[in-house]
Parts: sequence; structure tokens; C-alpha cells
Amino acid sequence: MNDPVDVLIIGAGASGAAVAWSLAETKMHILCLEQGGWMNPAEYPSTGRDWEAKFYGEWATSPNVRGRPEDYPINDDNSPIKVVNYNAVGGSTVMYTAHWPRLHPSDFKVKTLDGVADDWPIDYDTLVPFFEENDRIMGTSGLSGDPLSPLTHPPMPPQPLGLSGPLIGKAMNKLGWHWWPSDTTVATMDYEGRARCINLGHCTPACAQGAKSSTDITYWPQAIRAGVELRTHCRVREITTDDNGMASGVVYYDKDGVEQFQPAHVVIIACNGVGTPRLLLNSASGRFPNGLANSSGLVGKNLMFHPYAQIYGYVKEPTDSNRAPPTCLWSKEWYDTDLSRGFVRGYGVQFVRGAGPVFEAVVSEQKGILPWGADHHRVFRKLNGHRLGFSAICEDLPEEHNQVTLDPVLKDSHGIPAPRIDYTISENSRKMMEHALARGREVLETAGATDICINSPIPWGGWHLLGTARMGTDPERSVVNEWGRSHDVKNLFIVDGSVFVTSGGVNPTSTIQAIALYVADQMKQRLANLFD
Amino acid sequence: MPDQLPLTPRQRQDLRTVAAMIIPASEEYRVPGADDDAIQVDMLATLGRDAKLVGEALDHLARLAGMPLADLDPAARDGVIKEFRETGGAAAATLVRVVLQCYYRDERVLRSLGLEARAPFPKGHVLQDGDWSLLDPVKARARTMRQVS
Repeated sequence: MNDPVDVLIIGAGASGAAVAWSLAETKMHILCLEQGGWMNPAEYPSTGRDWEAKFYGEWATSPNVRGRPEDYPINDDNSPIKVVNYNAVGGSTVMYTAHWPRLHPSDFKVKTLDGVADDWPIDYDTLVPFFEENDRIMGTSGLSGDPLSPLTHPPMPPQPLGLSGPLIGKAMNKLGWHWWPSDTTVATMDYEGRARCINLGHCTPACAQGAKSSTDITYWPQAIRAGVELRTHCRVREITTDDNGMASGVVYYDKDGVEQFQPAHVVIIACNGVGTPRLLLNSASGRFPNGLANSSGLVGKNLMFHPYAQIYGYVKEPTDSNRAPPTCLWSKEWYDTDLSRGFVRGYGVQFVRGAGPVFEAVVSEQKGILPWGADHHRVFRKLNGHRLGFSAICEDLPEEHNQVTLDPVLKDSHGIPAPRIDYTISENSRKMMEHALARGREVLETAGATDICINSPIPWGGWHLLGTARMGTDPERSVVNEWGRSHDVKNLFIVDGSVFVTSGGVNPTSTIQAIALYVADQMKQRLANLFD
Repeated sequence: MPDQLPLTPRQRQDLRTVAAMIIPASEEYRVPGADDDAIQVDMLATLGRDAKLVGEALDHLARLAGMPLADLDPAARDGVIKEFRETGGAAAATLVRVVLQCYYRDERVLRSLGLEARAPFPKGHVLQDGDWSLLDPVKARARTMRQVS
């Protein structure tokens, strides 16, 4: 049997890395188990001529398509939005667009302000120091002073506007609508050992330059230097409990596939909004027959995705295509509730600079705007390098029927039951998406775009996995308390997107990591009576 | 070499034919068609995980055509392709994607598009800074985000 550790963290992604780094100063024995391995930037797609083709294979965003040994399958047949993620040291920060908004203060008070869903048990101001600390460590770029966003202080200047930015900015100005350079985790200057962005363009499936922040190159090197142990290719099957109902450790499969037991005094789950409920439900026992930490019955419930309403078109002017990070601007014009729009809450917008030639050809052929035959070449030259995009990130409200359960048939390579997703897009979200598409069309047409196409929802757009182990003060209506501790199991904590009460209308990683740092801080303040 | 390739000779023949129907050569743009020898070699050499679906697509195509696609008269070939695209599902989509992804990384094709035939890393690209004065009207508007209290 392995020697017991003080703290066992499951998952080395966005939140697991942050909590490990923060707790390292306690000098406790901290171990992190990660089902994936360390990434090798020399093998990232942008290092090869086949960089775009890899997006359809081993670098696909869907684990079901990718099918690496480190991935687990997900039955998302009963969902119009498919789960996308990445499993490695760094987790999905290895494969994301680096767009870096944070939740707004109003997002924590949706019940009070709009009478829907629930308020969070914490507020924005509580998280501010952790947002700031996280931005410093992840290394953000942006322009302070956005009038419609929370105040941030990015340590690096914003990305250049390039060719696409001014086209969008002019159109938004003509319409009188808000836009602003996005905060991103793309380094625009050399920063803390990371080289500055050189516009490889293909940012989402990992950055060979190391300019895009991912926790394998930010938090983890620091955490490991501070004494945290990170054990890779270790897939946790279940969390075990003792006679007192406390977590006693985990059963996992090591890199050789050998079953191991790792005892621990504290267990922290950081497996995202699908992996976390999967693990808790797989940890059912005689004492916890409905899954661990699930006396509320809410483990796996209230899954929120952020349905993406995407619209794009083609302008006469050249755009940045694949020669820049894909996102550079956002808009919060429609972020806050305006009931005259026909829905409650709102959406953020991220503008897209363009696409590479293979992606352009494949998608346009599928959309029916790129013909076969003699006219193919003329049309392709009209499309390629001329795309502008508008993607609305629509706030998904929590609904219990949107859920993660265990699939009765599908299993991963270790025989562990796979997660099953049952999800529908609500009427409120649909109205929001329609509104966004109409506004997007106005923007694109004002910019002079034609051949306008729609992806709504983006089918493989389930990046943001939220709400399936929500936080709250009422044990009957939440899974963890206001500082991330399970109501049922006093030495079990959750720090990933599962704890979100509502989703906001922005990419969540910044907020996920701020919460992880906040939970770690709460733990450090309460070490003497952590289990009371 | 051919016998070690993932497709049968008949499948390879039909792949070449359908590739030319998707993207024919063009004198105007000085580009080869997708049936070009080098592009075909690239397709076969890099099929990898797509080999199964591409094989299924080509088998479906063979059933619809009843003979090598190239042997059909143009009208009949167009009819077969129309049905193939309507009924081929994920396998047909994969075949088309394989053709496109190999075509649009060919050096001659990229040169014709004004693009460099290289990996993005390590050279990267140069991005213009852009006109930041465009942001002045946004800054000038007296608006704030929604207040909590």
C-alpha cells in the first residue's frame, strides 16, 4: 500500500494545478493523480505541415473522436452539445482558446436581480484577490478599463488588432455597440519564462511557442518546485470512505494498469463538471448508496454548457485567417438582463478572426457554399482568408434534468463506467441564441460580409462543464458549502466548474481558477479545524 | 508499395476519380486537381485512422456505381455522386475531408493561394497592430456594467 498523504488532489488541470500551488506553502505532503501525462510541445500540431489535419484526429476536441489512452469515453448522444475536453497535465488549458473574461458581480446574484436560479453563497468581491493572483500566474494580456466588464489589470498589453479587429470595431462603432480587446492568456511579451506570441494562429490545440498559458507551464512547475508530487497516467476509479464517513483515500489504476490504493487525510476533486460527478457517482458504497457527497441528490444535476450561437461571413477585405490567435475582441453589449429582448440574463460575444485553409475548405464544403467541380477554385479564393466570426456564449440556467449520470454499458479502458449526458437547450437559451444570431448578422452585414453561415448551437461546443456539484449553504440544495467542502464528507473538497451555481455568459476558466485559489485559501485559514 | 496501402486498387481508382470531381485541375489558377499523383500519394500515406471510414465510403460509392466510377459516362457519374453525397453520411464526409485536407496542404496549391507551405512553428506570422483610435467612441460612452447594489 502507498504511504498516506495529507492532501490528495484528483486532476492536474486548471483548478487542480491552482489548488496544488496554493496549498504547497503549507508544507503538507500533497499528491496529485492525473490520468493523462506531460505534454511535449515539440509534438504540438503547429510544428507540422499537417497542423490542420490533426484537428480531425488525435487533436480533436472531442475525447470520443480523439480516443487517446488518456481519454475516457462520454455518451453524449442525448445532447445537442457534445462534451469537449483534454486530459493531460494542464487539462483543458492545453486545448482552449485562451479567451479570459471573468464572471461579473451580477452573475453571483441572479436570484436577487432577476428572480431566476439561485444566488451564489459567495460574491464577486470575495474572489477579486484570487482573480488578480491567478491573472498574474497564468499571465494575461489585455487592456484595462473596459466600461462593461469587471476591472482587470493584465500584466501584458493586448494582442494586436490585426486585420480582422478593425473590421469588427468599425462595424460595432457604426451600430453604437460595445466592443473591447479581450483579456487573454496569450503572452504578448516575454513573461515569466514564457516566450511571446509569434502568431502561430492555431492556438486552440496547444501552443508550441508556449505563449498560450496552460497550467503545465505555469502553476505546475512552481508547485512541483515547492514540493507537490504529481503522479501521471493514474486514473482514479473511486474515493473510499471509512467507518466515520470520512474520505480515506482513492483506488486508482497506475501507469501499468495495476490497481492501487492511495490513503489520504484530505481529498480534493478537480476533474471538471463531467469527471467530478462521474467519480462521485462511481464512489457509491453501502454508506453512500447514491454516490458520494450526494445526500442532496444533486450530484450530476444542473449541468450547464453555455450554448454557443455562432454566425460568420466573408468580407472583401483580407482577414487574419490562421495568422493570429483566433479571438481578440469581445462584446458585453447584451450581457445583462433586458426583458424586452424576450429572455432573462444574457450573453457575451467573442469575435473570431478567421480560419486556416483546410478548415475553411472542409467547413464550407459541408455548409454547401464551396462547390465541387470547376467553380471550386474561384469560390475558395473568395472565402479563404476573408472570414469574420461572431460567437455568443449564452448563459445556461441550471435545470435538474440536464445531468451527468453513469452509463449502464459504456466503460473506459479500465472498465470504469463512463459518464452519460442528458441535456436539452432551454426555451430561454433558445431565445437568447436567436437574439444573438440576429445581432451577429447585423454586425457582419455592417462589416460588408456575405455568404453568412450559422452554427447554433456549435455541436462540438461543450467546453464549459459547470454546475454538477453546486455550492451553497443549504445541504439539501447543494453539494458543497460556500468554501468548497462537501456537506456530507468533511474532508472532501471540490474546486472545479462543478461548483458553479449559475454559469454567467463568459468562458469560465478564469473564475474556476479563482474559486480553486479561494477554496485553498479557506482551507489554509481553517487547518486547525478543517473538519469541524 | 501499392499492395501495402490501406485501400484496394479499385478503391484507389475511385478515390482518384472522385477527388478530381471535387477539385479538378485549373489552368487559370495554375493548380493541380486533387487527383494529382503527389496529392494522391499523400492521401494514401496519411489515411491513418480515417482509413476505415474512407474505405466504407468507397465501398458505398462502388455499390452505387456498379462499375469503376471513371468508366461511367459523365451524366451517370454525376448522378452517382449526387446520391453518394445524399446517402453517404459520416463516411462520405470523411472521404471529402481527407481529399480537402491533403489538397490544401500541397505546396503548389498553397503557393497559388499566396500562402507559405510550412508549419506555423517556429516562424509564426506578423500581425499588424491595427488602428486603436477605433476604440475611442467606446471609451467615450458613459456606460457601466450592471451594479449589484
